[in-house]
Amino acid sequence: MSFERIREKLNILADAAKYDLSCASSGSNRNNTNKGLGNSTGMGICHTYTRDGRCVSLLKILLTNHCIFDCAYCVTRKSNDIKRAAFKVQEVADLTINFYRRNYIEGLFLSSGIFKNADYTMERLVAVAKKLRLEENFNGYIHLKSIPGASDELMREAGLYADRLSVNIEIPTKEGLKQLAPDKNHDDFIKPMKKVKNEIIQYKSEKKIIKSTPKYAPAGQSTQMIIGASGESDMQIMYTSNYLYNKFDLKRVYYSGYIPVSHDKRLPMIGTEVPVLRENRLYQSDWLLRFYGFDVREILNSKHPNLDLDIDPKLSWALRNLNQFPLDVNKADKMMLARVPGLGITSVNKILSARRFRNLNWEHLKSIGVKLNRAKYFITCNSRYFETKDYSASQLKHIIVNSSNSKYKKAFTGQLTLFS
Amino acid sequence: MESTHLLYDGSFDGFLTCVFEIYERKLNKPSIKKESEFQSEFFSEKEVIISDQKKAQRVWSGIEKLLKSKGIRIVYYTFLSEIIGIEDILFKVIKLAFDTQRNIISDYGNPHVLLLSKTAIKVGREKHRMEAFVRFQQTKDNIYFANIEPDFNVLPLINNHFTRRYADQKWIIYDLKRKYGLFYNLDKTEIIHIDFNIKNSKNDWFTLDEKAYETLWKDYFESTNIEERVNTKLHVQHVPKRYWKYLSEKQP
Repeated sequence: MSFERIREKLNILADAAKYDLSCASSGSNRNNTNKGLGNSTGMGICHTYTRDGRCVSLLKILLTNHCIFDCAYCVTRKSNDIKRAAFKVQEVADLTINFYRRNYIEGLFLSSGIFKNADYTMERLVAVAKKLRLEENFNGYIHLKSIPGASDELMREAGLYADRLSVNIEIPTKEGLKQLAPDKNHDDFIKPMKKVKNEIIQYKSEKKIIKSTPKYAPAGQSTQMIIGASGESDMQIMYTSNYLYNKFDLKRVYYSGYIPVSHDKRLPMIGTEVPVLRENRLYQSDWLLRFYGFDVREILNSKHPNLDLDIDPKLSWALRNLNQFPLDVNKADKMMLARVPGLGITSVNKILSARRFRNLNWEHLKSIGVKLNRAKYFITCNSRYFETKDYSASQLKHIIVNSSNSKYKKAFTGQLTLFS
Repeated sequence: MESTHLLYDGSFDGFLTCVFEIYERKLNKPSIKKESEFQSEFFSEKEVIISDQKKAQRVWSGIEKLLKSKGIRIVYYTFLSEIIGIEDILFKVIKLAFDTQRNIISDYGNPHVLLLSKTAIKVGREKHRMEAFVRFQQTKDNIYFANIEPDFNVLPLINNHFTRRYADQKWIIYDLKRKYGLFYNLDKTEIIHIDFNIKNSKNDWFTLDEKAYETLWKDYFESTNIEERVNTKLHVQHVPKRYWKYLSEKQP
């Protein structure tokens, strides 16, 4: 096989795969027990970062960008006039192994355009994973895309070789999907997700009885939604996420600000700015749900259907609930401390440890790493000085926004001058 | 009163032996330094301490009993930072534990304890970076070879990771700053010292395949970037420039 041909294929098929944001390589537990190649031990490793600042952990490619579907938001859509290519199974295996041996990557993330039909495509993806595991003795990380509509048998087999499976919802609402991807059926997304969830449950219960039960997708499953392509609200997005987390035990939901790739009238124009700030706020909300004990209805509801862009969602919640503050950091329980703006989980844990030895004052908090410029309005500690003034929510917001150095601050001052 | 300078060989055992001697001989105002870093002062005593594995082991198990696994990890990581003067801070924390007979490793209100915790995090970050940024190149005699110049002495910390991961290929990771490396020979990993001059003949070392895969990797790195989202500040924050030298994807 010629080097130049492989090179061309890699360029085409990596370029087409880059819109899939997931690059996680964590959460698996595949030990290198057979003197083979590689291991995945729970902690992910980002081997490098793209110039857009995203982690590169996996070799992320499409098996092919030939596709029978014509989804408006997708660069690989049938009607798009682009170069097409397809890898052979062995070529993907060789690239993965040789990149892995050089410590470039943690493993492979393999997705594909749909050629012929769902099962035919899924079968090829599974064949790559199977080859890597059984023939190449590879214990690194493998993430396979679940092809919407793939059969239960194939999804079962996929999970035996892959660490993670994912199917991208792409459009958060059924109506949006109908409009932008008329060939696709909402139920086709749900089907493989359901199958994988049930297999994982079954694996976990069998594992308790028979220790040698073969692993099934030990790093779970994830999905991705495109933000800002179909006019959806933040509330619609986060309620969908919340539903997916609860109903299908997803490990992660990714939010991908829509990057204009089409002149289609149904979509934002080419050249429209990628909504990175909105994406960032959605991730912050996602974290509040998963790690900070928030209920989605506290963050977004019919009164607040969209996230504030100028302040983060935790601060926004705190300003709506000033009656719950201030908290005494030397007494408050963990779940309440985690709700204080400026306190991350790391700081919370440090406070809980350190306060067993002494009552903490402002100096202590500052050196531990608490962001006092925000937190000081919401807490008291072992000090005679504290914010005694009763600010209204809007006063407080004004003070905090003006005293902070958000990386997005420019965006807002810029906007303000436009209107002044 | 005069202070006593204890000089050791730079090894962890040597440092622990110093701690042993301080307690054994009830030394006053002790200060522990690497022999190579010592500059003599007036009005102070100095003494060279010979590393002793048995004494070191006794101190180490004493520390472990009090500080548990989390604590000894912090102590060892901090030691590997090689920051000048770190031995004295380490000793203060160890002494605090011995004096109070408590596990004080989470007493972040104490500035010395907090400093240890922060330093251990920095060393841990460097360890993780090396696990990420090592780039092996395949030599003609089929050894995967990498050079590193980490900020801290993290080779002892990354040994396990690479030995477990690359069990079926020979590899060398060489720390050019500290002039020693790890060599895995398909059986076990050993410490090696190489006397070599890389600059002359580097291109002859590696296979033709090597060049090809480096090119493919560089291509991949470029194709996976999304131009509409470029964020150089974030990129450099994650991959600081001092590491670029050994990253194949950052070579011209």
